[in-house]
Amino acid sequence: MHRTLARPAFDVETVRKDFPILQGHVWCKPLVYLDNAATSQKPRAVLEAVDRYYREHNSNVHRGVHWLSGAATKDYEGARDKVRAWLNAAGREEIVFTRGTTESINLVARSFLRPRLKPGDEVLVTEMEHHSNIVPWQIVCGEAGAKLSVVPIDDRGELLFDEKLLTPRTRLFAFVHASNALGTLNPAKDLVRAARARGIPTLVDGAQAVPHMRVDVRDLGCDFYAFSGHKLFGPTGIGVLYGRKELLDAMPPYQGGGEMIRRVTFEKTTWNDIPYKFEAGTPDIAGAVGLGAALDYLGALDAEALHDHEATLLARATEALSAVRGLRILGTARRKVSLVTFDLEGVHPHDIGQILDQEGVAVRTGHHCAQPVMDRFGVPATARASFAFYNTLAEVDALVAALGKVRELFA
Amino acid sequence: MSDELRELYQELILDHNKKPRNRRVMADATADADGYNPLCGDKIHVFVKVEGGRIADVSFDGIGCAISTASASLMTTSLKGKTLAEAREIFERFHEMVTGEPGAPVDGEALGKLAVFQGVCEFPVRVKCATLAWHTLKAAIDRSQDRVTTE
Repeated sequence: MHRTLARPAFDVETVRKDFPILQGHVWCKPLVYLDNAATSQKPRAVLEAVDRYYREHNSNVHRGVHWLSGAATKDYEGARDKVRAWLNAAGREEIVFTRGTTESINLVARSFLRPRLKPGDEVLVTEMEHHSNIVPWQIVCGEAGAKLSVVPIDDRGELLFDEKLLTPRTRLFAFVHASNALGTLNPAKDLVRAARARGIPTLVDGAQAVPHMRVDVRDLGCDFYAFSGHKLFGPTGIGVLYGRKELLDAMPPYQGGGEMIRRVTFEKTTWNDIPYKFEAGTPDIAGAVGLGAALDYLGALDAEALHDHEATLLARATEALSAVRGLRILGTARRKVSLVTFDLEGVHPHDIGQILDQEGVAVRTGHHCAQPVMDRFGVPATARASFAFYNTLAEVDALVAALGKVRELFA
Repeated sequence: MSDELRELYQELILDHNKKPRNRRVMADATADADGYNPLCGDKIHVFVKVEGGRIADVSFDGIGCAISTASASLMTTSLKGKTLAEAREIFERFHEMVTGEPGAPVDGEALGKLAVFQGVCEFPVRVKCATLAWHTLKAAIDRSQDRVTTE
């Protein structure tokens, strides 16, 4: 297809038809799915790609001489090429398939950071991290006698970054691109630049950023970028670690097994090249295929129109929720992805979630795996409505109406 | 609003959520314990004063959802004056009710006002909310000083 062909204007109702689950009902009410930050729904193109893979190409990759194995390998490696292009990485060997963001981060903690970490060293994270960008570092720091230091956040949920936090002992700066608990979109490029100026490597947790924006890892300049397929409209069980070639080359394997080796004797094993060195065992081939299909699907949509639509959803939700009596929004950063975290005076978030559910509105309640954020704002839990490009303004209104029922019950 | 939801959030539950009874720290408790529900971040502390094998006083402190707060409150009002054996028996009946089949017969004699929590059985994720205070009390009575979780 020629790039010069005009793309059709973005129409949310048309796009929604691509997502079978969005046509469904919950408790006899139309489903209003506002828990996209937890996981996104999957377009038919993804479901069909996974189904087709299992029906027509299912086989193991990289090792068979038979036709099917070649077809499966082509599918799997084709998905890697799609991810490379999506992130604008320099080479396909810089794309490692993992189970998800969490495993990507653990891989870096174990294979990159742990061997470099000495007593007294520091790993810098931020106060708005998801537990999965805290705990892996904490574990290796504990082993090495190193410590975590933290970039604090202000009352709006913006980073209070100070270059002094990057010290001569800082071995890695790991931070979230967009916060799952507050929605804050961090100035990733500036943060990376500050770290690089001091020769400090960076890992960016992109789990909540990639569903809302195009990310160019070379433009960002980061050393590692991690995200999950399932939040990007792909299947669960597949994730990505982007790593700069020089760093991946120098790292020892993460797990031992098949695929990651070149030659094994009982005396010695030589490692395979990257990225295969980090992909021990049979990978989630169907997951990779599904992720590739998700990227194809997204690529055919007008990224700018999606972004504008989500900005409209966020603005409407912020305005309408602010008008609900007793409702407080946590996370009012100037740059946000489309999610709103809130609490309601006199009503526990768990009760909010239960009543909204009965109205067909799915939101997340709890600590969002970001307990330090909850502590920062002095709340045990919150409710969170998180949007995707397939949500509508009518669904924002449904959320607000359902919150009216919560108020009514807890008057 | 659905019937199931009305069944869950009965007036008595909403009332005890709004005005919890016996929510206070007890200075002269003979036993106490911490309870925590990591799912929703609910934290509760239960105090109990046992005299001559009977619960002379029972109270709680902490924050939680409407179901867990009302359950703690109604637990305290139901157990004062009961023997420890009676308290354990009531908890067993209560647990059977909230984990049982919707519409199953309830032992009204044993449970009294606690029967108001029957609607919880329609919502399995809320069972932990309804039983947190009870598990915590049991831990206190068992003289366990360990932190209790519903996990």
